[in-house]
Amino acid sequence: MSSMNEWIDNEVKSNDIVVFMKGTPSFPQCGFSGQVVQIMDYMGVEYKGVNVLTSDDLRQGIKAYSDWPTIPQLYVKGEFVGGCDIVREMFQAGELKQFFEDNGIATTAPQPAAG
Amino acid sequence: MTVKSAIETKLRERFSPESLNVIDESHLHAGHHHAGSDHHEAFDGTGETHFRVQIVSAAFEGESRLNRQRAINRLLADELNAGVHALAIEARAPGEPVRRQAR
Repeated sequence: MSSMNEWIDNEVKSNDIVVFMKGTPSFPQCGFSGQVVQIMDYMGVEYKGVNVLTSDDLRQGIKAYSDWPTIPQLYVKGEFVGGCDIVREMFQAGELKQFFEDNGIATTAPQPAAG
Repeated sequence: MTVKSAIETKLRERFSPESLNVIDESHLHAGHHHAGSDHHEAFDGTGETHFRVQIVSAAFEGESRLNRQRAINRLLADELNAGVHALAIEARAPGEPVRRQAR
């Protein structure tokens, strides 16, 4: 396991929620990363944003780690959840709040309307 | 062959979709530039760089969102490595509801 892989592995396992993204939560530099940040903020969960633009090794390393070709990438409790499309679909389907709560993470978002 | 038609052909062969839309959204991204990304020039909106795939196929039944996207990403790995910068995927099995992003 490369040192970058170990570093990533440690990040996703030592933080409940990690978003690997382009830019930072307060200044996303890509629309897809910005969407995931907006959803996390709406859910009212605490998360760590990791800016992949700070390191080429990191940007390539995270793609290898999850075998996923794009950024952003959301990890919850050490597990890869998905990229922007998946996070948005879960949010729109009203599944995201339950998903966080199933993982023992409190949210402040209102309960989604049934259906 | 355009990138769009190459993507369509691959998706049709692999998933036999009951409906398929491959939408070139490159023009929506004209002028933006991802600092420090693999793409060193600003997009002028004329290249085939950003696509949205809307696909309905029985092949996705019982598959998680992650597995659906992984299957599509793997199928289109060559395109993703050769200039396609973003691929938005809406993959559904027949009968699943459409959820549209507000624009």
